[in-house]
Amino acid sequence: MAHTENEILEGLAEIVNEETGVATEDVKLEKSFTDDLDIDSISMMTIVVNAEEKFDVRIPDEEVKNLATVGDAVKYIEGAQN
Amino acid sequence: MAPTLSAPAAVPGSQVLAYGAARGDLVVPNDDLVGPIDSSDEWIRQRTGIVTRTRASADVGVEDLSLAAAKEAIERSGIDLETLDAIIVSTISFPYPTPSLATLLAGELGRPDVIAYDISAACAGFAYGIGQADALIRAGSARNVLVIGAEKLSDFVSPTDRSISFLLGDGAGAAVVGPSETPKIGPTVWGSDGDNWSTIRMTGSSLDFRDGKAEWPTLEQDGRTVFRWAVWHTAKKIREMLERSGIGIEDVDVFVPHQANMRIIDELAKQLKLPEDVVVGRDIAETGNTSAASIPLATHRLLAEGAAESGDVLVQFGFGAGLAYAGQVLILP
Repeated sequence: MAHTENEILEGLAEIVNEETGVATEDVKLEKSFTDDLDIDSISMMTIVVNAEEKFDVRIPDEEVKNLATVGDAVKYIEGAQN
Repeated sequence: MAPTLSAPAAVPGSQVLAYGAARGDLVVPNDDLVGPIDSSDEWIRQRTGIVTRTRASADVGVEDLSLAAAKEAIERSGIDLETLDAIIVSTISFPYPTPSLATLLAGELGRPDVIAYDISAACAGFAYGIGQADALIRAGSARNVLVIGAEKLSDFVSPTDRSISFLLGDGAGAAVVGPSETPKIGPTVWGSDGDNWSTIRMTGSSLDFRDGKAEWPTLEQDGRTVFRWAVWHTAKKIREMLERSGIGIEDVDVFVPHQANMRIIDELAKQLKLPEDVVVGRDIAETGNTSAASIPLATHRLLAEGAAESGDVLVQFGFGAGLAYAGQVLILP
């Protein structure tokens, strides 16, 4: 069953917290992965792969650089589910 | 009717008898490299775990590093040199496409008549070599085999490349592999991904350079793609390898993946759910990424420092350009 936007945000926040220690409540839609959450490219790949597993979607490498904010990632995962 | 041919008698197993190691003579700290890539010591440490890398002086060639590592491994193994039947060298940095570095070493070691050839499997090369040595020995085609992973990658780096050059070091690691009554080297799990041929690559060919169409070819990579593949693909293959070797993760004493990047090593350990008491090779911090040499160098260091011991169960796994990969479970000498 497809996950809702809120479920994806929650799940993504857990993944980000696990990888970087950033508090889950700080992982908000408008936050930038690099500028606000200080996530480097290697951590980003770890987050992406864990998100693929959690939400059963495929996020190609060339798509990752377009995911600037948490909201971009949530939207991409939401769309990729269908 | 065709005659029945005789074939050599098979041998039940093989084992690593001893290791040898040689690192570049220059210790190069991050601060020596950060200027042209607009980086910092802290950035390199945080992204890669590298504090220094060892590189060889201009007058030290990959053949010198190889010979030093080979001599140590042969001496420690205690084999009679007359029973050495093959030399397999994995290198991408010997500057002559032919003849091979292995045949040069055969002459230098006083055994110019042995089976000798080079393989090109980059960072997976040492484990490819161990896989071949195991197969040659078990098939009865060779008694003892010298496997060497050797690189002088500093000849193929660009000071301004931000993708891989600053990671790379020079060194050679060697192992003597011999017969065993029981298998002390498990099944080799190996392969490649030709669809990703250009993911880790040279900036040009030697012909482009000759014709003035390209600068001196150096190494570069697509870091994100490599990281993803190196962690998740490799973790799957290592799980498969443990299963095929008939052991569980709880049986592992020592884990030595290719020393590509400390973040890859850490993430691999996490994905594999390695128990905390497993000793992990982290030679990259001081030696850098030495491609085919990195696994035997890291293993040699753990044995020399006493962190790993004879009889320990080692999981080794190499992965890199081609995207070639190979690994084994083996019992340490």
